[in-house]
Amino acid sequence: MRSQRVIESFVGLFIIAAFSALVILAFKISGLTSFFKEKGYTVIAYFDDIGGLKLRAPIKVGGVVIGEVTSIALDPASFKAVIKMHIYKKYNDIPSDSSASILTAGLLGDNYIELTPMYSPAVLKEGSVIEYTHSAMILERLIGQFLFRVGGGQGSSEAAADQSAVGNQTGGRNEKN
Amino acid sequence: MFNYIPIVGQYGIENIRQFGKAGMLLFRSVFRIPHFRKGLPLVIQQVYAEGFLSLLIILVSSLFIGMVLALQGYHTLSKFGAAQQLGPLVALSVTRELGPVVTAILFAGRAGSAVTAEIALMKATEQLSSMEMMAVDPLQRVIAPRFWGGFISNPLLTMIFNVTAVYGAYLVGVQWLGLESGVFWSNMQSAVEFRADVCNGLIKSLVFGAMVAWIAVHQGYRAKPTSAGIASATTRTVVHSALAVLGLDFVLTTMMIGGW
Repeated sequence: MRSQRVIESFVGLFIIAAFSALVILAFKISGLTSFFKEKGYTVIAYFDDIGGLKLRAPIKVGGVVIGEVTSIALDPASFKAVIKMHIYKKYNDIPSDSSASILTAGLLGDNYIELTPMYSPAVLKEGSVIEYTHSAMILERLIGQFLFRVGGGQGSSEAAADQSAVGNQTGGRNEKN
Repeated sequence: MFNYIPIVGQYGIENIRQFGKAGMLLFRSVFRIPHFRKGLPLVIQQVYAEGFLSLLIILVSSLFIGMVLALQGYHTLSKFGAAQQLGPLVALSVTRELGPVVTAILFAGRAGSAVTAEIALMKATEQLSSMEMMAVDPLQRVIAPRFWGGFISNPLLTMIFNVTAVYGAYLVGVQWLGLESGVFWSNMQSAVEFRADVCNGLIKSLVFGAMVAWIAVHQGYRAKPTSAGIASATTRTVVHSALAVLGLDFVLTTMMIGGW
């Protein structure tokens, strides 16, 4: 066995190596950035349907990431999804009448929120609400609508069913309840 | 026929008794207020012997595991035109599964067996009982430092293993097979989450470290004080550790994937 001093320095090297490995794991491999949370402000939006939107999903304007989703909740009165978005501080000049839509990255990718800027001189601030929102596209509903559209031309009874089914999909929550 | 039933019962009772003894050993060596000024140098010596000296096998095997994983993954992924997903494939499989499990099994073979053999030989040559004669508690002087040394070393080795394996994959995927370096890293960073993947892997390695160290210490302490006893205790350490690690890995993975 070597002297205690040599052993201690080897163990020190070992521990330092292991923790620098942990740092590499955190920042180089898992891209951990929320550790140092970028400063910013929170904006709220109400959606009818958020599809597969997840926490920490990116917020984009024209494809550039400007923030992330920080909370997803259900409004108890209107049964709409309440999304809180954390937008980075340097993007503090987004018009307040911008619209938010939930889109999908690629054919099978994850959902993200795209803000489309409009022309209002007022800008989004801490706690402001985005009024114009577009829900997520649900592939099954699109296919359903398409099938009804295709089958609709054949008979009047089917066309009536088609009408009511489309009604169900667009504004049908009240009827179901 | 009826003669065999007591044998089965005896076997079961013996196993349960050993299990209880192992638990008491763990309890007595761990949950005793340690003497920091005397205990810490002993633990550091064990971290050196069990952790630092295992670095070579961990580094080499992780480098080659990463390289092989990248080669196999590239071969299959390129069939689907998804070779740019090589980074996520390697990083996820290493941080979640291969890192903790392979490190723990290598650790059991490299360090656990040595600990068992050392303690068993101490017992066979009656060093442990002579310590007791001198009013030195062998649990505190011999067992506890070896347990803590293994418990500390295994997660550290796992972190190093993960990084080296990803570096091996980078060497093969980017330097040799010609993927773009930016695509490799950015896809990896968007797919791997620190808490869900890296931290859960490290939790696994903590559990495995405790398990392997416990098995090694217990097998050494209960070994028959003969040369054949030492040999079979060493074998049992490696076999039981590997089985316990693989079994626990399944349980832990179920808990983690089930939204724990």
